[in-house]
Amino acid sequence: MREGSRIQLQIVRRESTEAPPYLQRILYETPDPNATVATALTDINKNPNQKDTEGNVVTPIGWECNCLQKKCGACAMLINNRPMLACDTKLSEYGKKGVIRVEPLKKFPVIRDLIVDRSILQENLKTIKAWLEEPVLLKDKQYDVAYEASRCLQCGCCLEICPNFYAGGTFAGTAALVPVSRLLAELPREEQKKLAKAYREHVFEGCGKSLACRKVCPAGIDVDKLLVNSNAMAIWKKQL
Amino acid sequence: MAKVNIIGAGLAGLSAAITLAEQGYECNLISNFPSERAQSVLAEGGINAALDTCGEQDTVENHFEDTMRGGVYLADPNAVWGLVQNAPQVVQRLADMGVPFNMENGRILLRSFGGQNKKRTAYAKSSTGKFLVYALIYESRKYEARGLITRFCHHEFIRLLLEEERGVRVKDTYTGRQYDFVGNVILATGGINGVFPGMTTGTVHNTGDVTATVFAQGMRLSNLEMMQYHPTTIGISGKRMLVTEAARGEGGRLFVNREGSPWYFMEEKYPELKNLMPRDVVAREMYFVVRREDTDGQVYLDMRGLPGDVWKRKLSDLREELLHYLALDPAKEPIPVEPGIHYFCGGIDVDERHATNLAGVYAAGECCSQYHGANRLGGNSLLGAVYGGKVAAQSVMADGDMKPQDGSVRAVDVSDAFAGEASPALIEELGKHLYEGLGIVRSEADLSKALGLVCELEDTCNCQRETARIALAKAILKSALARRESRGAHYREDYPDRDETFQRITVADAGEGKICISWKDIPERRGV
Repeated sequence: MREGSRIQLQIVRRESTEAPPYLQRILYETPDPNATVATALTDINKNPNQKDTEGNVVTPIGWECNCLQKKCGACAMLINNRPMLACDTKLSEYGKKGVIRVEPLKKFPVIRDLIVDRSILQENLKTIKAWLEEPVLLKDKQYDVAYEASRCLQCGCCLEICPNFYAGGTFAGTAALVPVSRLLAELPREEQKKLAKAYREHVFEGCGKSLACRKVCPAGIDVDKLLVNSNAMAIWKKQL
Repeated sequence: MAKVNIIGAGLAGLSAAITLAEQGYECNLISNFPSERAQSVLAEGGINAALDTCGEQDTVENHFEDTMRGGVYLADPNAVWGLVQNAPQVVQRLADMGVPFNMENGRILLRSFGGQNKKRTAYAKSSTGKFLVYALIYESRKYEARGLITRFCHHEFIRLLLEEERGVRVKDTYTGRQYDFVGNVILATGGINGVFPGMTTGTVHNTGDVTATVFAQGMRLSNLEMMQYHPTTIGISGKRMLVTEAARGEGGRLFVNREGSPWYFMEEKYPELKNLMPRDVVAREMYFVVRREDTDGQVYLDMRGLPGDVWKRKLSDLREELLHYLALDPAKEPIPVEPGIHYFCGGIDVDERHATNLAGVYAAGECCSQYHGANRLGGNSLLGAVYGGKVAAQSVMADGDMKPQDGSVRAVDVSDAFAGEASPALIEELGKHLYEGLGIVRSEADLSKALGLVCELEDTCNCQRETARIALAKAILKSALARRESRGAHYREDYPDRDETFQRITVADAGEGKICISWKDIPERRGV
């Protein structure tokens, strides 16, 4: 029988965008061996009498979550300094030293506590004009790329870890590379051109190839494969 | 016409927004989260359409009959006919949008799904919902750039505006500011999962608050007792997780250990459809076999016989998921499964055109009571969401504004009674009582007891959302009490048989603080 967890959760909190950040330490205990950071945040918010280690009542912690099974990307945050999904971070694995530090993603404006405004992800894809104008006929050989690219959660973990991305810059990062890869794979040759130009400007030219993104992608997307495929089509003009 | 206000940006909301935009109509797409976070992304197995690409002579009429029979004849036959007739076109359109359906030589492959004896379910491995949502996001983005669809993410529904003008009051959850959006409304807010917190396969933000609020505002609800238990779910931290019906569609088998050896009970009892009987039947059989004295009380899903190619090309995502959450390889070991609450077949009462009883307000997707009757067939929910959103949008365009509306967005600086959050403790307790009463097998005694306990909570209410939630809970229980028969997802051990006098829809109204359950006849099928 596996055991539950007893950890100190250290949460970097902030009442509003303008308010100064502060660290709150909360002891959390659970019999659930599969409990995650998401479980802990849910339970803490459920308890109106929850106290922190200094005896202060914990006000509801702002954070976003929805599916609890790593399919929606809502709960991305920095956990022990690594961008991860709270629902995919088991306390038993990541709290081995008895402490887990939780912070909001740093590349995006903080709204409050762990909630950040990630609307730049959608805005960048609009700038790139990532959409189809005409119906496409998906060929069998493009299936794998289209499938892999459709798995992106738009959670922002890849942008958080990327040394080249900053919100408001021209480089849109892997969160744009992946969706654009799907379109490049699906579009007929002559229609790839316009998108290829945007791809060069907003993805290819800004990428320093550190590929830190592939190590943190919660969906485990094969970023290398999509990058090679899209570069071949958009930059080297090869039809794979 | 003033901008249409769509609440919810999952499949039904996206479909409605795109349908409007294609015709040059403007809309506001209002949601708590961007579409990538919608519950629709959790749908797995596929989407039904009589495409007949597998040479089985499948027809639209077959799809119609299966849907009606699966729903035990409680759905509107004319609405269902529209659904199934348009299904091939809906799926083809999704393929045109680049959904990576599993294909072979340019034809969309189909898989077997419950309650249907023809292969009819188009799929993208077992992540179909996600891929559909993504294709519609790309399509929506095009119209957002053209100014036809205006997104309001991080905006929460507070209540309908039903006074002088039609519209919605919403709250920006980032700033706390409230706004009134004037114009017709399409509700696409999903199932009421949050009424059963942590006990369903759904998402956290489908709290049920929207349905509870509009019910308190005079919206009629129907078939609330028809909550679908999915036969195969597993418990993960904080929720039930679905194991797709595609597992059985591709050859997975259910068994229980009886006196030391596996008993494939579905195959023995239902030799024709075996493990692919409709979900209500499978869930109920599971309920009974685990309670037999000669079994060890645990049902397993056995996928050990599936060929390697199926794992690779059709179910690789399911295998990864089970390895991750249970540390079990389904290709090598049977998976312990239990039924879990999965889909709300009832909800906001709509007519064939997806109009509600409140003029200027429409509803589509899981939040409404349409297409599925007493039990939904797997593969019909994605179809119902995409098609229903489209029909709702078409109805809005046909009906226009009730009277000229300025379509404005106004900041409102008043506190709204419906804006207060319900307390997690009350939500939890309410959910517990409901779950006790509304199991797979129900009885007058259990339902009445649950209703009594729910009524006791009324005195503890501190805000309007809590009162509204309790009223919704009572409406579900009273609907289940009123239906003194067994049909589809609603099984009464005290009335175990189907009774044709109950081939009618339960309707719940909340007026003057009193909840009233009445009956509505099912429309006659028009000649086709």
